[in-house]
Amino acid sequence: MIRIGNIPVAVVDGSGNQAFTGNITPILHEIRHALTRLADSGEPTTIDLSGIPFAPGERDALLERLGQGEIQATLQALGESRLYETAYPGVWVVIHKSPQDIELTAHIEVTRVPALLTTPLDDVREAADALAADLAEPTEQESA
Amino acid sequence: MSDNKTLGEHLRERGVSRRGFMKFCAATASLMALPPAMIPAIAETLQNARRPSVIWLSFQECTGCTESLTRSHAPTVESLIFDYISLDYHHTLQAASGEAAEQAREAAMKENWGKYLLVVDGSIPQRDGGVYSTIAGMTNLEMLQEVAKGAAAIVSVGTCAAFGGLPKADPNPTGAAAVSQIVTDKPIVNIPGCPPIPVAITGVLAQYLTLGKLPEMDHLGRPKAFYGQNIHDRCYRRPFYERGQFAETFDDEGAKKGWCLFKLGCKGPTTYNACATAKWNEGTSFPIQSGHGCIGCSEPDFWDAGGFYKALSVPIGDAAGAITAAAAAAAAAGLAAGAVNRYHKQVAQAAHEPLKVEELSREEKS
Ligand code: SF4
Repeated sequence: MIRIGNIPVAVVDGSGNQAFTGNITPILHEIRHALTRLADSGEPTTIDLSGIPFAPGERDALLERLGQGEIQATLQALGESRLYETAYPGVWVVIHKSPQDIELTAHIEVTRVPALLTTPLDDVREAADALAADLAEPTEQESA
Repeated sequence: MSDNKTLGEHLRERGVSRRGFMKFCAATASLMALPPAMIPAIAETLQNARRPSVIWLSFQECTGCTESLTRSHAPTVESLIFDYISLDYHHTLQAASGEAAEQAREAAMKENWGKYLLVVDGSIPQRDGGVYSTIAGMTNLEMLQEVAKGAAAIVSVGTCAAFGGLPKADPNPTGAAAVSQIVTDKPIVNIPGCPPIPVAITGVLAQYLTLGKLPEMDHLGRPKAFYGQNIHDRCYRRPFYERGQFAETFDDEGAKKGWCLFKLGCKGPTTYNACATAKWNEGTSFPIQSGHGCIGCSEPDFWDAGGFYKALSVPIGDAAGAITAAAAAAAAAGLAAGAVNRYHKQVAQAAHEPLKVEELSREEKS
């Protein structure tokens, strides 16, 4: 009887054989232009990586090329999101995942700080109210 | 049934934070292939969007389209949108069956007359009075005509609903037709594919939800955001195509090196769809990445395109008319080099002959 283990199967990683599309360099130039724009006029740019054709492994190569900078943050809302500044200050990578840990979007944001990291003003207002309400309640020490 | 809550209220009730909502909007924008700069505008409209009623009719089909949708790889966005829309009738997904299901459909139609979105998958058999597919004693044809009357718009999901699909393949024994051949007085968007890429389905629903209208479409009624570019233009194997490096068999050196699959029948150059970027199975891969050429499933009559493994041959369609018009136009134009090749392509299309690689690349360069 043929058993599965007898079948000569070898798992080959095809990615090393595949040529890249050549999209990395144009994207890096786009980022360079965006950085100049940000420095000169303050205008931010967002690049949606999901719309760009990449060969297997090519997007990782792009992110590797951009490197890792000083700041890293995670957001826990509707699944985890990872935001980090690359080795080029002002160039951020924002990756959103679903609660099932499946990637939803991957953006490169050329900005001084990604909008998601700033606290929404309505949250600030609600926080002031919440803290005021907390303070109005006597603490354990006060009521003792 | 529909209620009056906005999507923003609905999400906050479910404990979604403001940052979570912005993340949801970023995912929705990406889903609809809209520029990221539109995220704040999407957030604004989504906040205030009201819950639409959706009636989903499945006709002569294999349920692959519903499978595709429910296995969609952006579950957060889908589940939120699907929780939010009022899916009042879908006989595969709903719990009710038989008369109760039909009553739900009738009630939803009455309550939302003129406002509901009608989604259709499957083609509609017309031969012999449409007897080849019936639901609750009604032919698909009658049901479509009845439900379409009160719809604000129609979304034809899958190549069967959009273009007739497999049931319409030669010799089309049931007289299968596309929705647009039967309903001619309503806005219709076609989301072809066998099955369609899930984000194209949800992207159109999200767009309808956010902007209250159907997206911009191409000449075949397909949303440009997903079908605006062909597979070939976005294929990562394209550099091999440009260099003339083709796999000749599925196990030769070229195939192992990931060369272009044109000679193995890839229909990428004539197929408009988003597989090359949106991909399948949680963004893992798409047919060409797995080593098989594109079969052109989002194009009309793809099943009759002369063989999946023959170098590009295209559906017959209205062949006789096309060939005469193409010949006349080519003669009148005096035939520049590019036009000659386009002319050959049209003739090959009309005569259903395989196109040669050289012809296509000459045309590209002209
Ligand atoms: S012919 Fe097919 S495999 Fe080759 S580049 Fe075009 S789409 Fe890709």
